[in-house]
Amino acid sequence: MILVIAEQREGKLNRATWEAVAAAQQLAGGAPISVAVLGASTGGLGQELAAASVAAVLVAENAALEPYTPDAYAAAASTLIESVKPAYVLLPHTYQTRDFAPLLAARIRKPLVTDVTGINGTGADATFTRPMFQGKLAAQVKPQAGPPAIITVQIGAFRADAVQKGGAAAVKKVDLQIDPSAIRQKPEAPFREAKQAVDLGQAERIVSVGRGIKSQENIALAEKLATAMGAEIAASRPICDNGWLPMERQIGSSGQTVAPKLYVALGISGAIQHLVGMKGSRTIVAINKDAEAPIFEVADYGIVGDLFEIAPALITELEKS
Amino acid sequence: MKIAVCIKQVPTREWQPRLNDQKTWIREADISYEMNEPDAYALEEALRLRERHGGEVVVCSAGPARVQTVIREALARGADRAIHVEHDRLGAADAFVIAEALAAAMKDEAFDLVLTGLQSDDQGHGQTGVILAERLGIPSSTIIMDVRIEGSSMRVKRELEGGWFQWLAMPLPALLTIQSGINQLRYATLKGIMAAKKKEIQKASLPDGLQPSQQVVGLAVPTRSKQTQMITGSPADAAKELVRRLRDEARAL
Repeated sequence: MILVIAEQREGKLNRATWEAVAAAQQLAGGAPISVAVLGASTGGLGQELAAASVAAVLVAENAALEPYTPDAYAAAASTLIESVKPAYVLLPHTYQTRDFAPLLAARIRKPLVTDVTGINGTGADATFTRPMFQGKLAAQVKPQAGPPAIITVQIGAFRADAVQKGGAAAVKKVDLQIDPSAIRQKPEAPFREAKQAVDLGQAERIVSVGRGIKSQENIALAEKLATAMGAEIAASRPICDNGWLPMERQIGSSGQTVAPKLYVALGISGAIQHLVGMKGSRTIVAINKDAEAPIFEVADYGIVGDLFEIAPALITELEKS
Repeated sequence: MKIAVCIKQVPTREWQPRLNDQKTWIREADISYEMNEPDAYALEEALRLRERHGGEVVVCSAGPARVQTVIREALARGADRAIHVEHDRLGAADAFVIAEALAAAMKDEAFDLVLTGLQSDDQGHGQTGVILAERLGIPSSTIIMDVRIEGSSMRVKRELEGGWFQWLAMPLPALLTIQSGINQLRYATLKGIMAAKKKEIQKASLPDGLQPSQQVVGLAVPTRSKQTQMITGSPADAAKELVRRLRDEARAL
């Protein structure tokens, strides 16, 4: 048995849930799969999930699960695991699971393999591929001392549209006891900081700068290139952390997700947190001094070299016509 | 306030990976190391909280003898003292082993607040802080962008996806994993570096019998998912060729 824990917010499934179901179907090799959805009131989500070819959908409702807290979710998930006795527990690798999955693993003393991009083999013999060293290397990992092993799968690594549908899964209610006094985090309502003055999602072209730009003064060079290309300027997280460009121009998991016609990554190494925000772009150009930088893995065109030589040459070339 | 900051020493960002002969781990001989960046932000936050509320900042690190370099650096930036769980096997240990090792050395200190980076730039499990909290029996919250102490409790700002945030209230003691960019880092002054030499680094030993939770059975440079066309030549030639291809092939200009 493989247990998938769905992620929902305000009655809407996170799309990454389907990717976790696809990963589970690959890992199962025919073994049964259960999908659980947690929440105070999950509405039609159980039925929605039952469209997948799985053995069962478990609806675990408890008032203590809303709003989300790591303490309540870890308590609910450990109860589910105790009753289902899965060989693996699969979740999408999101900000929410990064918060409670390690707590769950620590509490039940079982292995947690995070940010998985590939599954090799099925069942007990499976190994899992995950990035290490900022994506410079990919590790094959074997969990020890399961079952279950808890696995979180990287967003975009498995295809939601590859989920085998057409099951006739039974939707079952599961009783959960959660002691509200054991929940130590008291969350307030989520909010957005700045009005998103710039909607990079609408930009046709984006020139994005990373650490390779070296100093705030050099941002002007990137802006000049953006102007020559008819592009918006954007950046990876460290640039916005330094205040060299405003936070609203940040691309990546903590910023905006974009898919323009053209994305030029200037001195961006390509940490996964950045890649998830731009890898859907139609044409990606990477300019970086490090030939091994992970950004080249998603690029259509690559130039290895000094951006302080290449960007001015590009501006000259673009201004010719 | 008694604040602990857990820091890890990791290979520098410029480091080019080289594998051992079995291709199961990196060749450690020729690596230069630095402080894990998110941990550096956690340290800075701890120093700022001490400036506001008083108390002490204790640096905790689990690793081989080499990690003393980053411990000294943290002391030079202003931490008061350090605890070092020293063992050669901790260099490549997973999050469970590191967390258990730290918990054993930290549990009798009764810290009010434990801070660490949200993940390490080497193995990147993103688990150590939360597992440590559970072993210390204290609550945790992750990916934190602001910390406000209010008596015996605190309010913290947690980052959510896509530009969303959320405040939450938590009791003390607690553990927080800190997001990069929460503050502006300070660097060590010459005075700080001199003072660090006299600060105490307490050695702790690794508890017996800790088993890894996962084993790396293979390590490789990732395979490319896309066929990247590399454009070579002088900057002027490469620029010309790139513009031509973006116009004619990709029709992106």
